[in-house]
Amino acid sequence: MTENLVPSVGVITDIRIDTPDVKTFRVVGRDGKKCFSHMPGQCAMLSIPGIGEAMFSITSSPTNNDFMEFSIKKCGCLTDWLHSAEAGQEILIRGPYGNFFPVESELKNKDLLFIAGGIGLAPLRSVINYCRDKRSDYGKIDIVYGSRSKDDLVDYGEIINEWMADGGIDVYLTIDREQEGWNGHVGFVPNYVKELGFNTDKTVLLCGPPIMIKFSLQGLIDMGFDKTQVYTTMELRMKCGVGKCGRCNIGSKYVCKDGPVFRCDELEALPDEY
Amino acid sequence: MRIESDIILGKVKRLVSDGKADRVFAWKKGNFCYDTEPSLFTDNYVGFTYDDFCAANLCKFMINESKKDGKTLVLIKPCDSKGLALLEKEHRINRERIYALGVPCAGKIDMDKIRENGVKGVIGIEEEKENVSCNGDENLIIKTLYGDKIIPKKSVLYDKCLSCTDKEHVGCDEVFMPELSEDTYDGKKFEGVKKIENMPSDERFSFWRSQLSKCIRCNACRNVCPVCSCVKCIFDNDNSGIASKANSDDFEENLYHIIRAFHVCGRCVDCGECSRVCPEKIPLHLLNRKYIKDIKELYGYEKEPALLTFTKSDAEPSVIYERGEKNV
Amino acid sequence: MYKIAYSEIYNLFDRIKDVITLFLPAKNDGAVSFSKYESGTRYEADALNTVRSAKDFFFPQTQNIAEFKISGKSIEILQNTEETGKFAVFGVRACDEKSFGILDRVFLSEPSDPYYNEKREKAVIITAACNYPEETCFCTAFGIDPSEPRGDVSTWVSEDFLYWKANTEKGEELTNKIADIFERCNDGEIISIKNNIKTAAEKLPFVSLNLDYWRNTGEKEIFASEKWESVYKGCLGCGTCTFVCPTCQCYDVRDFDSGKSVRKFRCWDSCMYSDFTKMAHGNPRKSQKERFRQRFMHKLKYFPENNGGIFSCVGCGRCLKSCPQSLNIIKVARSVAADD
Repeated sequence: MTENLVPSVGVITDIRIDTPDVKTFRVVGRDGKKCFSHMPGQCAMLSIPGIGEAMFSITSSPTNNDFMEFSIKKCGCLTDWLHSAEAGQEILIRGPYGNFFPVESELKNKDLLFIAGGIGLAPLRSVINYCRDKRSDYGKIDIVYGSRSKDDLVDYGEIINEWMADGGIDVYLTIDREQEGWNGHVGFVPNYVKELGFNTDKTVLLCGPPIMIKFSLQGLIDMGFDKTQVYTTMELRMKCGVGKCGRCNIGSKYVCKDGPVFRCDELEALPDEY
Repeated sequence: MRIESDIILGKVKRLVSDGKADRVFAWKKGNFCYDTEPSLFTDNYVGFTYDDFCAANLCKFMINESKKDGKTLVLIKPCDSKGLALLEKEHRINRERIYALGVPCAGKIDMDKIRENGVKGVIGIEEEKENVSCNGDENLIIKTLYGDKIIPKKSVLYDKCLSCTDKEHVGCDEVFMPELSEDTYDGKKFEGVKKIENMPSDERFSFWRSQLSKCIRCNACRNVCPVCSCVKCIFDNDNSGIASKANSDDFEENLYHIIRAFHVCGRCVDCGECSRVCPEKIPLHLLNRKYIKDIKELYGYEKEPALLTFTKSDAEPSVIYERGEKNV
Repeated sequence: MYKIAYSEIYNLFDRIKDVITLFLPAKNDGAVSFSKYESGTRYEADALNTVRSAKDFFFPQTQNIAEFKISGKSIEILQNTEETGKFAVFGVRACDEKSFGILDRVFLSEPSDPYYNEKREKAVIITAACNYPEETCFCTAFGIDPSEPRGDVSTWVSEDFLYWKANTEKGEELTNKIADIFERCNDGEIISIKNNIKTAAEKLPFVSLNLDYWRNTGEKEIFASEKWESVYKGCLGCGTCTFVCPTCQCYDVRDFDSGKSVRKFRCWDSCMYSDFTKMAHGNPRKSQKERFRQRFMHKLKYFPENNGGIFSCVGCGRCLKSCPQSLNIIKVARSVAADD
């Protein structure tokens, strides 16, 4: 296999406004088909010539055979540009890159606990929908998801209408501060997880801002979970996607190639530089 | 009399124990006799040295050092002192947190020039004991794995030392033993510029094309320059439209150095660090010195930063234009 | 093995040039670099190190990848890569030749880099033994023998002759095309040259460089060492060490907007630069200390960790000569490992 860093052309066929700063972009190839197949947790390099190129996690499930989706937060040159784009815009795409959540191995037949904060739901959504589509392969599914406010919950429609409607899936939502029109839980994700007090035989998939990951992980350990039970996904600056450009390393591991999915005990063995 | 590292260190220690400073930015001995490195001494002075190989200008480190609490004592050579003064003038350093100790300079030795003499495997460099005079004519004994070689010291001084017109410190808190400084000026400061000025324009163009095409965009010239003190350099700013790490074409190759030269124009203190640090030996100082020469001839300024200074007697642009015409 | 009178060396270059494009170390405006050989080019036989290493042949400072044209909402991709012709490089030293193997581990590991691979395949490497190693040389610390350079062809020089020995098929092929210029000789003729080099190499100051600390200490522990706080102080944050280094291979991928089209190219990048890891929402390596640490951790710990203990350094000594502030890998390797 070779990697020549040359992307192919994709088309944005639909743009969904999720939150004030997150939009979900639906992308297909010029031929109307999915650009490439992937596994949950893998990433793709998206770019606009002259604007920039960056790595994004593929938020749609591999079981979706029609298109890919990317939930993207507006926070820099390229993402600003994408947020101002309209459907029909062509973009450049290459991938898939990185490893993936072990959905066909370690996670099989396990009870799964998903913990996400803010835009951290994007990579987990791929796994959640994958597991929902192969429901009999997995045990009980619990999802704890929180954000700053009700308006910042990504994929709210899908959470309410699909996830909560599924049997065998419990969804717990929380927001950081009281808000009018919100009757649900209020408080930070790590505290909510502790309050909910899950069985420690679950396998945890954790993603969110670094501070949330740090406190959630500590909370899980306090509850009796082991680091080997917790998977998370990382994000660092990348240029190539194949472990050669040299910038996304945490110690001797490259996030683009050895990650982005790491088990927390693996991560702990690496220098603290993330 | 030679400049003795131990005497300088003694002075530094006295100043620190007198409470003039809390830490010392100076040079540290390396693996060889010649590879001294800029270093911060906080609790001991292991490896401290001040010798003929301490060419690095330490003044730019003061941008960060002066952000710290307490005071940093920094060793400043005459050529470095101008950079420090400019950093102060441009409010890049907190001068109150710096104790600038002027140290004498008898010229610094350029290892590349020694190697150009076919010298390999240097294991020691000594000044010849006999035949020592105080006018810089002494010889160096270069000891190598393959035998000794004697080279006149003056022939291996850095270019920046050969064009150093005065050994007077400016703006230091104290100057130590200035009488030990030695004149190293070869009297040819503007010869290099004149040579290029006298080239036909196409020859001049190909001279610079050839030189600048060697550039590897390591940014050493910019990073060492006491005048290049922008908090965020335009070449590091992705939004500037000209940020680039490599020259994707000839135009960009020229652009970097020319923009930089224009930006330091009128402010350059001619410390010569840009040419000293260039791994590709591009004579970058010639760009700056051309401006210095022009400003001197057209405006009459040499020591003050001309473009930062306004006086009512400054010549009008039309007059400058006429003077410029005569110089073409 | 073949030999040719040293006085005939330019005839040899002319013959090679007629067969294949030839590059060799020559002086360019004061700096020695690998330059295309034309009749009249002067070979810098005494220069051990070119300023830039031989990695440039396979991993050039810039490499075009593609070109894009944008009209309205659509994007057109135009391929924009130039093919490299076959070429030979004369005068590659043992250290630089060894660096190719290190670069191969990065660029040719799965998925391989087609740009690098193409150039590697097209190159014939003719090495030269180092008769007078410099004080900055420490290739022997990495098991490199300056008297036995490898490559497609190895050469040795005595006062009177240049000795030539093909090591690979590519080397044989070139040798066969120019064989009539040589005279056959036996391997015994170069024994004394090799012995002299070995004797000289044993006297080098870093011959006993000890890297056990780096081999035996965990990456987390070295990373957390307090020594980093002092070793980087003189660092300017320039990219000189990374760009002259034969094993540094980090790159950036950038766009150049000409107004008419956008050219995507790859260029050298340096972990010493402040934007190397900068993202829209933060930077994991904010200070020069962290960036400086990354470079040496990569060479002396992370790379060996991923490559069976092989250090990403060949001891060419370029960083010892080029660093504007005289910082270098020897100082770091020793200072961080020091007990005090």
